[in-house]
Amino acid sequence: MTERVSVRQADFDLSAEVAALRAGDGGVGAVVAFVGTVREHSAGQLVSRMELEHYPGMTEAAIETMIDAAQQRFDIRAIRVVHRIGVLQPADQIVLVAVTSAHRGQAFQACEFLMDYLKTQAPFWKKEGNAEGSHWVDARSSDDAALQRWGLDSGNAA
Amino acid sequence: MKIQIRYFASLRETLGAQEALDMPAGSTLGALRDVLIGRSPRHAEVLARGRAVRCALAQRMCDEGTALADGAEVAFFPPVTGG
Repeated sequence: MTERVSVRQADFDLSAEVAALRAGDGGVGAVVAFVGTVREHSAGQLVSRMELEHYPGMTEAAIETMIDAAQQRFDIRAIRVVHRIGVLQPADQIVLVAVTSAHRGQAFQACEFLMDYLKTQAPFWKKEGNAEGSHWVDARSSDDAALQRWGLDSGNAA
Repeated sequence: MKIQIRYFASLRETLGAQEALDMPAGSTLGALRDVLIGRSPRHAEVLARGRAVRCALAQRMCDEGTALADGAEVAFFPPVTGG
């Protein structure tokens, strides 16, 4: 069985990840995968470089906790989260959340739940840069609101 | 109590990646933040009350009322922006 969480510099292959996640599980009837990528514009500014910092150890533990919460909340079979760190370029993949379940409804919900949770509770920080300089990305209160839909308080951006 | 402090992102750029501090037994995370604020003008600026600073104890998100234990690893950082 594959590890549930991978935090690393290296890129990931969506097809290979999904194939590994559902391999040997005949009960899977739905696979939902979300891939987050680096936008070339942010708040009207050109982005030519993105740097991702994290808190080694805590990041992995926090994501494991989120996966446990998703497993309890939804009827799902397997989950895989990959999050990249280090220096990335526009269009690069940043994050993968892939979920398998018997039916699509639970997989869609679990995937969204995990992304909402990850956005506000996993210790990653993004720094965007271009020829003019670089700045740390501000947290969005809309991400806190997204988590609240699941009955969870975040208070991250607040 | 010996406390290990780690900083991330913009706080790390201003204060460095880590430092250590002795705190009286029974201190809370909030008390530690107050002591750090008194350490230097740079600490005072980035850890100031009213600034969005999040904290973790033993690598778990915590609020400032949490009590510290000897040898604790505490981290201060801005709101997270992953995903």
